[in-house]
Amino acid sequence: MFDHGQPSYAEVNKDVLATMLETGPKYWILLGTTMGVAGICFFMPWFYQLIVGVGAAGMNRNAVWGTYLSNFIFWIGLSHSGTLLSAVLHITNSPWRKAIYRSAEAMTLFSLMTAALFVMVHVGRVWFVHWSFPIPNQMGLWPNFRSPLMFDVMAITTYLTASSIFIYMGSVPDFAAVRDASTGLRRRLYTIFSFGWRGTAREWHTLGWAYTFFAVFVVPLAVSVHSIVSWDFALSIVPGLHHTIFAPYFVCGAIYSGTAGIVTVMYCLRKFLHFEKYIGQVHLDSLGKLLIALSLIWSYINILELFSSWYGGTSFELEALKFRLIGFYAPLYWEMILFCAFVPLLMLSKKIRWSWNKMLVISILINIGMLTERFIIVATSQPRKFLPDAFGFYFPSWIEISITIGSFAIFATLFLIFIKWVPSISIYEVKETLKPLRRDA
Amino acid sequence: MSTFVEKLRSYRKPGYYDEFDYHWTMTIDLDRCTGCEACVVACQAENNLPIVGEERFAQSREIKWIRIERYWEGEYPNVKMGFIPMLCQQCDDAPCETACPVYATYHNQDGLNTQIYNRCIGTRTCAVYCPYEVRYFNWFTYTWDEPLEQQLNPDVSVREKGVMEKCTFCIQRIRIAKDNAKDDDERRVRDGEVVPACVQSCPTEAMVFGNSKDPGSKVSKMMKNPRGYKVLEELNTSPSIVYLTKAHS
Repeated sequence: MFDHGQPSYAEVNKDVLATMLETGPKYWILLGTTMGVAGICFFMPWFYQLIVGVGAAGMNRNAVWGTYLSNFIFWIGLSHSGTLLSAVLHITNSPWRKAIYRSAEAMTLFSLMTAALFVMVHVGRVWFVHWSFPIPNQMGLWPNFRSPLMFDVMAITTYLTASSIFIYMGSVPDFAAVRDASTGLRRRLYTIFSFGWRGTAREWHTLGWAYTFFAVFVVPLAVSVHSIVSWDFALSIVPGLHHTIFAPYFVCGAIYSGTAGIVTVMYCLRKFLHFEKYIGQVHLDSLGKLLIALSLIWSYINILELFSSWYGGTSFELEALKFRLIGFYAPLYWEMILFCAFVPLLMLSKKIRWSWNKMLVISILINIGMLTERFIIVATSQPRKFLPDAFGFYFPSWIEISITIGSFAIFATLFLIFIKWVPSISIYEVKETLKPLRRDA
Repeated sequence: MSTFVEKLRSYRKPGYYDEFDYHWTMTIDLDRCTGCEACVVACQAENNLPIVGEERFAQSREIKWIRIERYWEGEYPNVKMGFIPMLCQQCDDAPCETACPVYATYHNQDGLNTQIYNRCIGTRTCAVYCPYEVRYFNWFTYTWDEPLEQQLNPDVSVREKGVMEKCTFCIQRIRIAKDNAKDDDERRVRDGEVVPACVQSCPTEAMVFGNSKDPGSKVSKMMKNPRGYKVLEELNTSPSIVYLTKAHS
């Protein structure tokens, strides 16, 4: 479990709390940069778009959905591994989860928030977006519960709430540890955050019970969220989107990109917060194996999707298939196949699976592939539906590209703020994995 | 509880939700269509459609509730060109209606697929779900240069940015006709009392509009024509527009 020898209990506290309590100039520079990029690349173009209208983006009459929506799916997808993986591994009692789950769950939370932002950027009149919530109003009008977008609103808000509670609940004993190690305002703040945690047997028992309950609760929720996101597409009759395979396809792709995202985040945590002691080969190895399995499932579903399009044999489906495989966006399609189906197979070699640098590259390539996958889904199907006279074409404008870049900065900003507020490795659960100290040792 | 339900039921007209009041329908005879686009211009004038300008037209962001699609048949030199005026098909099983999260589009009692501009938040899902691609989005807030704003139709609202719009079968004219009929001893609207702008302007009378629930109406007779077909009928959207295919000699 530990590459550099087992740390003592006190060391765990010290190492993890040090990442929160000691802040160097490097951190502030990094935070300033990400905030600056988020402001310039995301919020400024967005405000411009709010003033002139969504026409600032590259969408047009035939292609009314664009990069905003594909990025929305991407970020929802990225959110899928953290909480889901943490919950599944908690239920199956896998000890290697304990060092990485806190930051993985944070990833879930922040990518969900970024995805929610993309909904705001996408819609035409964001100032009325609250109409999609079932808020009692003077017209006595409810939202349309037949709409897959309505399912989306429900699923995502539920998932966001549940995963926030899940991560918070798991952090309570750690907040208490922060409280005990700090003074002044921070101490008062963390007294509130930790709900007066004292560490009695009864408290541990209640926490364990509640945590397992939420783990069981969150798993079906996570699966349902991305199924529902896929229904935004699959419930339409657009050729190339109207496939029954879409729900498992999206869920699998989501967990896939999320797991790759975890590898990237773990690399950064290890590198910049000096968690080499805690995040080691065993984590990398397990995540690598998981990625191989997911990549194989993903490839299988992709082949199945092509097959059912071809086997269906309607001229519309064949046309959509042809455009996807050899049309304008075909290079992107084959890039996605390369990055998501073939590159991960390199991890079959233990040498690559055990190398942090190589795994970082592979994980980033997978997520580039997944980002393009979502783009292809949106850009190759709905501009070309049934009537050839109305066939259109979509190419993102610089505003959309800039907002896409900015969204990564938003995610990074949120994450950087997170590591200073919450212990990014679960202190108490890492301690659970330590072998009990012997008096003669 | 039961009294509450009874009270609710007493408000209802029996069969109200199973049957349309009127069923506005259109037939378009493709044999008569010359592709002159008079209907496009009439629609533009009647429904306050914005003039998007050359640049935005090139970006294919034009707003034309009715458009003429061109199709070629055969190989050169025996090429024949055909036109299909394409407008909202007012489907009875409309894919767009289930998609809207805020009920900005729904089916009304006259068999119309209505669009409520003020309710729309602009998710554009309806436009993706529509197989006929007849929904148009306001990418910008459009303005009318002086003195063009003087010719805006006061019966039709001007849409702002971020709102979806589409053909309404000139619902404002239907409303006026129904109001007049109601004032006139609560009678039914007679055949020919409602004429949408496109139908009114068609020089070859290729388009016929009316209530298909009235068996005596002109449109009901036209619908029985053996040349009739519906566009993309296999998608089961039950469109309200019947096209009469070109007669081949």
